[in-house]
Amino acid sequence: MAAPKKSVTKEAGQEKGDSSPPEFTKEQELKALRDMLLIRRFEEKAGQLYGMGAIGGFCHLYIGQEAVVVGMQMTLKKGDQVITGYRDHGHMLACGMEAKGVMAELTGRRGGYSKGKGGSMHMFSVAEHFYGGHGIVGAQVSLGTGLAFANRYRENDFVSLAYFGDGAANQGQVYESFNMAELWKLPVVYIIENNRYAMGTSVARSSAQTDFSKRGASFNIPGRQVDGMDVRAVKAAGDEAVAWCRAGKGPYILEMQTYRYRGHSMSDPAKYRTREEVEKVRHDHDPIEQVRNRLLAANVSEQDLKSIDAEVRDIVNAAADFAQHDPEPDPSELYTDVYR
Amino acid sequence: MPIQVLMPALSPTMEKGNLAKWLKKEGEPIKSGDVIAEIETDKATMEVEATDEGTLGQILIPEGTADVAVNTPIATILADGESAADLAKAVSPAKQEKAAESAPPAQAKAEAPAPKAEEKVPAAPKAVSEPEPEVPAGTEMITQTIREALRDAMAEEMRRDPDVFLMGEEVAEYQGAYKVSQGLLQEFGARRVIDTPITEHGFAGIGIGAAMAGLKPIVEFMTFNFAMQAMDQLINSAAKTLYMSGGQMGCSIVFRGPNGAAARVAAQHSQDYSSWYSHIPGLKVIAPFSAADYKGLLKSAIRDPNPVIFLENEVLYGHSGEVPKLDDYIVPIGKARVARKGQHVTIISWSNGMTYSLKAADELAKEGIEAEVVDLRTLRPMDTETIVESVKKTGRAVTVEEGWQQSGVGAEVAARIMEHAFDYLDAPVTRVSGKDVPMPYAANLEKMALPSVAEVVEAAKAVCYR
Repeated sequence: MAAPKKSVTKEAGQEKGDSSPPEFTKEQELKALRDMLLIRRFEEKAGQLYGMGAIGGFCHLYIGQEAVVVGMQMTLKKGDQVITGYRDHGHMLACGMEAKGVMAELTGRRGGYSKGKGGSMHMFSVAEHFYGGHGIVGAQVSLGTGLAFANRYRENDFVSLAYFGDGAANQGQVYESFNMAELWKLPVVYIIENNRYAMGTSVARSSAQTDFSKRGASFNIPGRQVDGMDVRAVKAAGDEAVAWCRAGKGPYILEMQTYRYRGHSMSDPAKYRTREEVEKVRHDHDPIEQVRNRLLAANVSEQDLKSIDAEVRDIVNAAADFAQHDPEPDPSELYTDVYR
Repeated sequence: MPIQVLMPALSPTMEKGNLAKWLKKEGEPIKSGDVIAEIETDKATMEVEATDEGTLGQILIPEGTADVAVNTPIATILADGESAADLAKAVSPAKQEKAAESAPPAQAKAEAPAPKAEEKVPAAPKAVSEPEPEVPAGTEMITQTIREALRDAMAEEMRRDPDVFLMGEEVAEYQGAYKVSQGLLQEFGARRVIDTPITEHGFAGIGIGAAMAGLKPIVEFMTFNFAMQAMDQLINSAAKTLYMSGGQMGCSIVFRGPNGAAARVAAQHSQDYSSWYSHIPGLKVIAPFSAADYKGLLKSAIRDPNPVIFLENEVLYGHSGEVPKLDDYIVPIGKARVARKGQHVTIISWSNGMTYSLKAADELAKEGIEAEVVDLRTLRPMDTETIVESVKKTGRAVTVEEGWQQSGVGAEVAARIMEHAFDYLDAPVTRVSGKDVPMPYAANLEKMALPSVAEVVEAAKAVCYR
């Protein structure tokens, strides 16, 4: 086997030489802060409940990547669809799904979004246009392309966002989907959340082309690398990509350069990277701290920010409380929902 | 109120671990996300991150302690403005929002559902199928090939429902690799009759995604041999999503195309997938034989709100049969058909297996054995009742399939007869099947690898002890 190539991926959070992204209004900054904080606090609580044995199986936390989904969600209109893989809690909260229902699904209770039958990786909300929550790496890319196919078939102007990771970007069906999406000009934004590690394998060790924005090049799909730690950069790039799709020009690829602070799943000792690497990203590029610092610089009071913290903590605590007290599914649910 | 930090579980199976090292000292400030300690199990070393902010008030379990049980309080975090004097009020995070000021240190245990008496597994529901509508007496019958019956079924359903569309390799301009979709492009246009690249995994997933968005795709596989490329999407996405979403989101989609052996195309193009798909809860699986059933069942499949695998047979495409000339001829899913009545032995088959079975019944009749031939038509849900009723009458059963025996549909039929009609059996159930080899190319070997009329006759006579 060949020696691992030297990493050529730029550090998450580094700008690509572009000028700074457009400023947010104060309202946008506050919304971004609140939505990202909700995800962070939710995930921390989920990690805690997992540690206490209240959540079983797999549990993949989104901590560190919050700016990606929050920034992209700010570009959408009601009716646009979202689909992602197994690291999905953040996407659900950003889509407007209730923290209670998501947390109760994590604990396998009847009030969960899937009545306790799906778990962390398999949740859906047709009402919020969130199509899962898929546990097979890369499957959501073809499915998300199918959502875009339905938009095209119905001749509406909705756009589908298909999120996947740097690991999934090496799956074959991704390229089969790219080909058909461009061939049929389907309105789908492919969002590659490059958090630098596919479980324990770094991008440099798994990918011949580490610039994921170029992965659509042989299908003529345009792509961009984006600082996925800066919610303003995400929103700006998302606006461009979504407009491209809505205009009927076909798919668009966004490589979001981001970072996950926690292990791949709860049982990951994360020995493939140093503590210093994690600390450096957290310290220098944390998506939430960036917004908080800008708001403080703009004379928003500590007190106002604390009240957002408190609101978010209340939501998360209420969700955790509900998720631990809601009953498990009734045994009669064993055989329901196999067929309609 | 001070918060207790508990010994975390790193995996669902972890019960205890060693507290290897403290990275923060008592009195040090702590931010959410800070690594405060390292713990070890026999498998891994992991970091414990704080999920609350404040000051590390007290270390309850010193570093180097082995076998600390999960959920044991290991430290206490003081919130802003609290001091060591508040330590006694510490609560576990699970109770944090509820505990009263004066509460004693909480029992550190997540509030898992109260242990209760072992829950009884509920009985599996019985499959119910719609009664088969009677074809009115005097209905005109038209003779058409199975190829034409399939085309008419799709065309009728596409006229009826604008959400129905057909996609697959060569279905449009080429008019179908086996000419099944002849004329559909001309009638419905390129928006609804869609040629795909050769990319089964991808277009299966796109079809399922479109179905999740509410469309009703018919996805044609040029043959089901190629659908193995798409198997993950068929099983993991199409079949399981309704259940995993608690009934919220499913997909109404038909996957159709020729299945099983054709002629002289060798191992990779000749496999019968009947048992593969019929294994999967969430899928419906149909494998008809007669032209009328091909038409009526495909129409039912397209209307069904679940994912349906519709297994056709290339050898049968050119065969003709009588199809009722009705505006809307429907055959319900899940209902077997007694194709020939008899009282001495039951032969159970489906799809092209019926060809051997019916010919064998003719042969047997010449020797005074009247075979009852049951055409399953649907493999899942399987019509156990019709099989069992017949076997109760005849006391003998032979299954006939082109696929392999091991874990096959014949094995399933035999098991059901054993479960439901054991006392009625006068002989062991016998299986006639494809031989346990990849399909050979040479004409003579290929013939041997498939079931034959002679084998069915022999098996039927054997169970009749003749």
